[in-house]
Amino acid sequence: MGSIVLDNVSKTFGDAVVIPAIDLDIADGEFVVFVGPSGCGKSTLLRLIAGLEDVSGGRILIDGEDMTETPPARRRLAMVFQSYALYPHMSVRGNIAFPLKMAGLASDVVERKVADAARILNLTDYLDRKPRQLSGGQRQRVAIGRAIVRDPVAFLFDEPLSNLDAALRVAMRLEISELHQQLKRTMIYVTHDQVEAMTMADKIVVLNAGRVEQVGSPLELYRNPKNLFVAGFIGSPRMNFLSGEAARKLGAATIGIRPEHLALSTSDGLWEGKVGVAEHLGSDTYLHLTIDGVGPLTARMSGEFAARPGETLRIAPEAGKIHRFDDKGMALS
Amino acid sequence: MARAASARRRIAFTIIGWAVGFLVFFPILWTVLTSFKSEGTAIAIPPQFLFFDWTAENYATVQSRSNYLRHMTNSIVISLGSTLLGLLIAIPAAWAMAFSPTRRTKDVLMWMLSTKMLPAVGVLVPIYLLFRDFGLLDSRAGLTAVLTMINLPIIVWMLYTYFREIPADILEAARMDGASLGKEIVYVLAPMAVPGIASTLLLNVILAWNEAFWTLNLSTSQAAPLTAFIAAYSSPEGLFWAKLSAASTLAIAPILVLGWFAQRQLVRGLTFGAVK
Repeated sequence: MGSIVLDNVSKTFGDAVVIPAIDLDIADGEFVVFVGPSGCGKSTLLRLIAGLEDVSGGRILIDGEDMTETPPARRRLAMVFQSYALYPHMSVRGNIAFPLKMAGLASDVVERKVADAARILNLTDYLDRKPRQLSGGQRQRVAIGRAIVRDPVAFLFDEPLSNLDAALRVAMRLEISELHQQLKRTMIYVTHDQVEAMTMADKIVVLNAGRVEQVGSPLELYRNPKNLFVAGFIGSPRMNFLSGEAARKLGAATIGIRPEHLALSTSDGLWEGKVGVAEHLGSDTYLHLTIDGVGPLTARMSGEFAARPGETLRIAPEAGKIHRFDDKGMALS
Repeated sequence: MARAASARRRIAFTIIGWAVGFLVFFPILWTVLTSFKSEGTAIAIPPQFLFFDWTAENYATVQSRSNYLRHMTNSIVISLGSTLLGLLIAIPAAWAMAFSPTRRTKDVLMWMLSTKMLPAVGVLVPIYLLFRDFGLLDSRAGLTAVLTMINLPIIVWMLYTYFREIPADILEAARMDGASLGKEIVYVLAPMAVPGIASTLLLNVILAWNEAFWTLNLSTSQAAPLTAFIAAYSSPEGLFWAKLSAASTLAIAPILVLGWFAQRQLVRGLTFGAVK
């Protein structure tokens, strides 16, 4: 239970084509992340699956059943919204109990399920509070609680962590991953943050302008990006792209090298570059270099690596870690 | 230094605030004071502020000469009736425009509001004739109907603004949680809309209570609300300031008390749409 299939699904708003036509298979229990820049259609795609938007073409199968025309309430999916979307006039208890009441469950069952969910999410002490009396992280937990009590076939998360501060985001990221391991349910998670995508996903779907650019495991996308867009989107700091003479020598229109695949030394290397800015993160140092005739380059070195601005260093790309792309931006094997 | 300056500013603003408040309240205060004067004192030059012979005879005269209770009942029936009727029509209208707007929704809203820009006297004759032909002159039903129509654009606009403030996410969450449209309205939308509906109701009761143009032109005695009761002391008998003031005080007292208790909702209502 919990497999989701998108069969040629498309969406248009008037004349604007938001999603041209997408095929996608999501297996039961999989954690799938839709990632892409703002306006790439990832939220729209999630809303199509939820039933909050009508598809313009194609079919959506949930558990093998065609649910394209089924209203959201009967798709047996639960959704966590970016804005939490808690019912402001209800207590935490009322919020979590709401879907159960809608399902017409007996009050003792409702009570037990709410108590269970509250225990899992550390909300037991807050059950009688109103949403406005909670912090951002607690509110998001209530929203997740409201989703898990329904025992849905799949969870949909629409950028659930983007309203939280950085520290809380990391903590909640972990909590959601733990929840996935615990519940073993299908989860579809939308984010624009590639770090969230890399750390949480079993499978990442990279979207750009409504098109699926690549589908694969985080490491697959990191190691073998299919095109320039995926190569640039996955990985932080961003992959360095070089064109011109440097690329032509390797028989490509563009070559890409990740900052962590560059070695710097004073003696040997393919290129010679001048250190511009050094960003010290403690564990790592990001060096921004300029190579005459080639362009700017970022290198990721260990935290101890010492380099002064203005210093000249030799740069050597790691063997076998250079990605080559043709003039259409597609990867060359 | 900065602290001293900000304290001075605060004092200045407080003084200005009280001064403006007093200025706005002064006509009401003066009316109430005048109602306790004799007719002679009421027109005395220089005017006497607090030190005059206080008398309640105006109230007794007003009470004996006209039926305050009947006018008051008319006012209550007409203002409450027209507001409730207006809400009954406006809630579904505002609902539809707020939650499933079309490309023309803004135009419809503007068109509704534009009817308020028409001088009322421009349609007095046709409406008067309609009222005469349908036997609605000097009837509560007629006045309720006309005030409903007069205030409907305001009611729709206010409700529309309130409904728009309800985040669509929350309604979608209810849908995802398995709520049917009916349950979504009862459990989620209505509780969130109640404060908005309440302040719309209050403001429109006050507007309808104070409405004088249509009530004076379309009623004489049977259905005449308190506005007519006040007016009766101005023109036909010459100017009897003290009695007129007593009548005014009696007419505005109920709405003043209501307004006092509903201040917070009213401020929300009066600034509707100003801030998100």
